[in-house]
Amino acid sequence: MKFKVNNNEVYASTGGRPFDKNKPLIIFVHGSGLTHMTWVLQTRYFAFHGYSVLAVDMPGHGLSGGESLKSIEDMADWVSDVIDAVEYKEASLVGHSQGCLVTVECTARNPEKIKTLSLMGGAGAIPMNPELLALAENNDPKAVELMMDWAHGPAGHFGGHPVPGLYHINTGSMLAKTRTIKNTLGVDFRACDNYKNGFEAAKKIKVPTLSILATDDKMCPVKEGKKLANLIDGSQIDIIDNCGHMMLLEEADRVLNVLKKFITTNYPAN
Amino acid sequence: MSDKKGMDPKTYKFDTLSLHAGYQPHKNAGSRQVPIYQTTSYLFDDVDHAAALFNLERGGHIYSRISNPTVAVLEERVASLEGGTAALATSSGMSAIFLAVMTLCEAGDHLVVSSQLYGGTVNLFRLTLPKFGIKTTFVKPRDTEGFKKAIQKNTKGIFGELVGNPGNEIMNMPEIANIAHEAGIPLMVDATYQTPYLCKPIEHGADIVIHSLTKWMAGHGSSMAGIVVEGGKFDWMQNDKFPTMTQPYEGYHGLSFAEEFGPTAFTMKARAEGMRDFGPCLSPQNAWNVLQGIETLSVRMKKHCENAEKMVEYLLGHESVAWVSHPSVPDHPDHDLANKLLPNGKGSMIAFGIKGGKEAGEAFINNVKLASHLANVGDTRTLVIHPASATHSQMDEATLKFAGLSHDMIRLSVGIEDIDDIKNDFENGFRAARKPRLVSNQ
Repeated sequence: MKFKVNNNEVYASTGGRPFDKNKPLIIFVHGSGLTHMTWVLQTRYFAFHGYSVLAVDMPGHGLSGGESLKSIEDMADWVSDVIDAVEYKEASLVGHSQGCLVTVECTARNPEKIKTLSLMGGAGAIPMNPELLALAENNDPKAVELMMDWAHGPAGHFGGHPVPGLYHINTGSMLAKTRTIKNTLGVDFRACDNYKNGFEAAKKIKVPTLSILATDDKMCPVKEGKKLANLIDGSQIDIIDNCGHMMLLEEADRVLNVLKKFITTNYPAN
Repeated sequence: MSDKKGMDPKTYKFDTLSLHAGYQPHKNAGSRQVPIYQTTSYLFDDVDHAAALFNLERGGHIYSRISNPTVAVLEERVASLEGGTAALATSSGMSAIFLAVMTLCEAGDHLVVSSQLYGGTVNLFRLTLPKFGIKTTFVKPRDTEGFKKAIQKNTKGIFGELVGNPGNEIMNMPEIANIAHEAGIPLMVDATYQTPYLCKPIEHGADIVIHSLTKWMAGHGSSMAGIVVEGGKFDWMQNDKFPTMTQPYEGYHGLSFAEEFGPTAFTMKARAEGMRDFGPCLSPQNAWNVLQGIETLSVRMKKHCENAEKMVEYLLGHESVAWVSHPSVPDHPDHDLANKLLPNGKGSMIAFGIKGGKEAGEAFINNVKLASHLANVGDTRTLVIHPASATHSQMDEATLKFAGLSHDMIRLSVGIEDIDDIKNDFENGFRAARKPRLVSNQ
């Protein structure tokens, strides 16, 4: 569905169901340069099982208008604004990669609004390789190729997509090329590189938190994810073997099962 | 993300993907070879799991008409080789074309189609699709501007064989892709003759790539199969031409394929709707057979092309041959375009005219022994046929002429036998062709 935040049009997938304000809200926040489509194997399930879902395209990404936001802090405030814009008082947040930085910061800033936090491939900081950052800011498609290489584990490189017939790396590349690389990936990478408040923000979080990590994640290795999770009181950790950073697609069923148990327990549908 | 070990992507390359893409042994009991999942259906964990699979909330297999694990390996492998986001395998190349068209079009729609096609494909567009309310304007493959002029308000796509069967005329794919995209419609290319080893049409602007896998991809003349590969670049939401892609679909509780699946939307719709309703599924055994062929694709294609160029040279110098059409020939009208689009080889399909016309052609074909006279191409073995009396025999005289066929034309699919043996076999055929009456009286 489309709605406005700060006078800019926002697109968010509702998981294939009409948006229903009477159901608890889950907001899914994508990673650097990507779109709402990365969440398709989680969002449809929740949308058909008692929740209202918004898998947002961040400003300037996917089908959303406006320009990409330049800092993680701005993105965090924007997610809070999304909750206001759809006239909710609270929501459950799910983030992937950069989306983890955004949702951690948003949860720390809005303790009254955020009821649960789910992090996939998260870390307290995501410092960028300077060469990769330069490639993205110079609009070089090689930045996408490198990201897709590093972001995928064995399932991505060999194959075995949970949806028959889909090929991970090429699908991910297309998502990252939906808009101009320097205006999405370039801006996002710079925002990640600049963000230094992740560990301090984590210490403030008091809501139930889940971290899903993957043993073959080169972008946000398990030890970095654990470092973040250990700063959050009562945080749960689930580690997936033989899987890369794109666990929400590479091991979509496993991720959905863990997420389903966590959210339905801590933020049950009506 | 601070890994500094090299700044070149380490994603697998073509030959490695030919052997490995789409499959992980540790998820299949350690079986090094892809298992043949000879089953119709798959257990659900519980009622909720079943409902989620049927509603596309989860990925997975339900029923082998829709998908099958062995077939899925083939689909991912071909998608990876083509640079596509997704693929859908079918029971034959013709069913792949039909499924692609029916995923794209509705009654009242129109397509612009290259006139130089396999005869069965011509009949599909000319005679069968009109029964479904889908009309076609044919344009000669070299008439690039003609493709633009033929586009109407209700045109939903452009279709063609990259190198036309059997005349070897080449579509200017990059320019025709631009024409399609300026009109807000996709370009669909049948690249059976090339395989992704010779050309990846998606890199040149194609949006949907179709193969008869029966041919060079499988390569051994054993199994029928087809595939539709999606490039993932086409924006279905850019205009209102594709409501079945962009609007809520009643068949899946209001799902919009384009919004939910983006770069894989076409494949998702083709499978969820097309395989569900038409059901031209590929058998797991045939998928496995095709996978065996693909493992050696680059090795075979090199040899096919090497032999083809030697046969071109031989035919060009032969007294019984009136003309030779192959993109490797410098005076072929599309030679420069072929060098651009087909840098790894110009393929192993040769069309040539035999002196003496139809009677000589029949005598030639009746007297070759090593070359097989049959209605197929892309076998490891050398194949010959006289198109006007076989593959394209259902066309009337005018359609034959428009498709660039003549009665003296022999279609040759060069195999990977020893080249001297193929030439010696052809000498026997040509010798007989020079005495057609004597041969026919034998």
